[in-house]
Amino acid sequence: MAIKDYIRERFFPHMWCPGCGHGIVLNGLIRAVEDLGINTNDIVMVSGIGCSSRISGYLDFHTMHTIHGRALAFATGIKMSRPELNLIVPMGDGDALAIGGNHFIHAARRNIDMTAIVMNNRIYGMTGGQYSPLSGYGTLATTAPYTNIDHSFDIVKLAEAAGATFVARSTAYHAQQLSDVIKQAITHKGFSVVEILSQCPTYFGRKNKEGSAVDMLERMKDVTTPIGSKAKKENPDLIERGVFVNEEKPEYCSEYKKIIERAMKGN
Amino acid sequence: MNEKKIKFVQGNEACVEAALYAGLNFFAGYPITPSTEIAETLSARLPQTGGKFVQMEDEIASMCAIIGASLTGCKVMTATSGPGFSLMQEALGYSVMAEIPCVIVNVQRGGPSTGNPTHVSQGDINQARWGTHGDHAIITLTASNHQDVFSITVDAFNMAETYRTPVILLFDEVIGHMRERLVIPEKGEIPLVERLKTSVKRDVDYHPYLPREDGRLPMSDFGGVHRYNVTGLFHDMWGFPSSDPAIVHGLLRHLVDKIMNNENDIARYKEHYLEDARTILISYGSSARSALHVVKNRRARGESLGLLELQTLWPFPAEIVREKCRNAKSVIVVEMNMGQVLQQVRAAVDKPENVFLANRIDGVLINPTDIRNIMRLIQGKGV
Repeated sequence: MAIKDYIRERFFPHMWCPGCGHGIVLNGLIRAVEDLGINTNDIVMVSGIGCSSRISGYLDFHTMHTIHGRALAFATGIKMSRPELNLIVPMGDGDALAIGGNHFIHAARRNIDMTAIVMNNRIYGMTGGQYSPLSGYGTLATTAPYTNIDHSFDIVKLAEAAGATFVARSTAYHAQQLSDVIKQAITHKGFSVVEILSQCPTYFGRKNKEGSAVDMLERMKDVTTPIGSKAKKENPDLIERGVFVNEEKPEYCSEYKKIIERAMKGN
Repeated sequence: MNEKKIKFVQGNEACVEAALYAGLNFFAGYPITPSTEIAETLSARLPQTGGKFVQMEDEIASMCAIIGASLTGCKVMTATSGPGFSLMQEALGYSVMAEIPCVIVNVQRGGPSTGNPTHVSQGDINQARWGTHGDHAIITLTASNHQDVFSITVDAFNMAETYRTPVILLFDEVIGHMRERLVIPEKGEIPLVERLKTSVKRDVDYHPYLPREDGRLPMSDFGGVHRYNVTGLFHDMWGFPSSDPAIVHGLLRHLVDKIMNNENDIARYKEHYLEDARTILISYGSSARSALHVVKNRRARGESLGLLELQTLWPFPAEIVREKCRNAKSVIVVEMNMGQVLQQVRAAVDKPENVFLANRIDGVLINPTDIRNIMRLIQGKGV
């Protein structure tokens, strides 16, 4: 299928700012689905609230745009009812890890088969540039005019500790890799987390003097490195990219199917 | 009668039996007193019928999970009490806006806050009406005995499907935990409303949010043959976000009118000795049992007392209350809160100055003596 066959052209132009990284994620996601050859009728996309969450409306899947932070909980109800469907849950950093942090760790703990994509632009864009749990110590935001004293989560470590069985990170700059890790995440049976560093030139970039969208993309190349690279050993501050976790563990819906079999036998 | 169909159960179990009778096949919840028996019982019973039970991380997630499951075609329910009901309010509003059928049971305890968890209260009447933000209509039902818990729970599922809306079942701790006889009706004895499905074929442009002329909205199971968008934003007939004033106005009117235009069909109530009653008690839930006792007792002594027991609390059956109370000298609302239904009754009747409150707010079931004593005070007789 052509890229445009995956999108709902009726609803374009999209509402993202010029230079936003989320369009690259949208593109990478479509390419992943195209490569996997999954029928659009077999994909359910559930999103919450924020810039990233609007991605669901633009795609010709079964799409549900829910409330702030709770997309994974809605998705859990859908997946348990229709385990044969592929669930993809795009979220922003605030959506997934501030208001939605509890649902994030518990969905990971259950190892329910869905793909959580955290589009991390380190800011609340839709409300105008307030600091998020991923903004980072020392950054500036419209609610941190002096400086941000909140420390960040490490999404990869958090997801791994919570029990996610596939965890990967990439960036909007590494478009090829981002599509590839999404592909692996969708194929993985269990709870998958893909963190994608995305740029918000309008708010994060402007507040923190990171320049244009192109400058911010260039920076992603400079501050990241493949997992376990020589560069990482020399400079521990570099952010690693790649697949951190890929393991098998009993999946929630498959396990619940066994519960039903046991309960029915007892009848 | 088949003896297996007679049970001696808690009200919470009566609610479970009714939900399964109505076709419940997905439940999500979080433990909270005094509703927990509903979750416990369903964790065993649902998988026996191929249904799904999940204990979520909190009440917010529980409400969200049932909405997701309902959209795919399941009949869904969650159960909670005051603090959990507070947490559910935002997602409840989502199910109003996105028109997703679901049933929410609130077995009331004393509040505010953690309140009086193991004791009875009827303090959530107004929260059921206005707990979620924004203009909306809502259906809220209650019952005073286990047979009625059963039938009103089936009604709740039927109304959720008919109007594509959340329906709140407001029980109270006494009803939830008290044990009494329940006769489970034969299959088919109470008619069930199944989901209205669209007749639009695959690959034909389907408008998920284009109501029929009668206001009903045929659904296509999410994840099925039609791909569409669902949102909590105001939306057009495709389910796409819109702030076009005409669309916003039209959708809000639709959401409110589909309930309010059917107020009489939704109204459930029982009347006892109202024909010649000079004094009418109005009550609901467990307090209605005490009120009925008073009525029967005083009738035996020749007093012209009657009881109007409300089972539909929202939309408030104002016309019915006004009509029934027309000839009463005084109306006494018996409830276990500071007068939440009292306000509605005063607004409904011709002579609000003749409406009085008989209440208890201390976590103890209001008993017939309490009601009788308050009545004597109202009548200026002293206790």
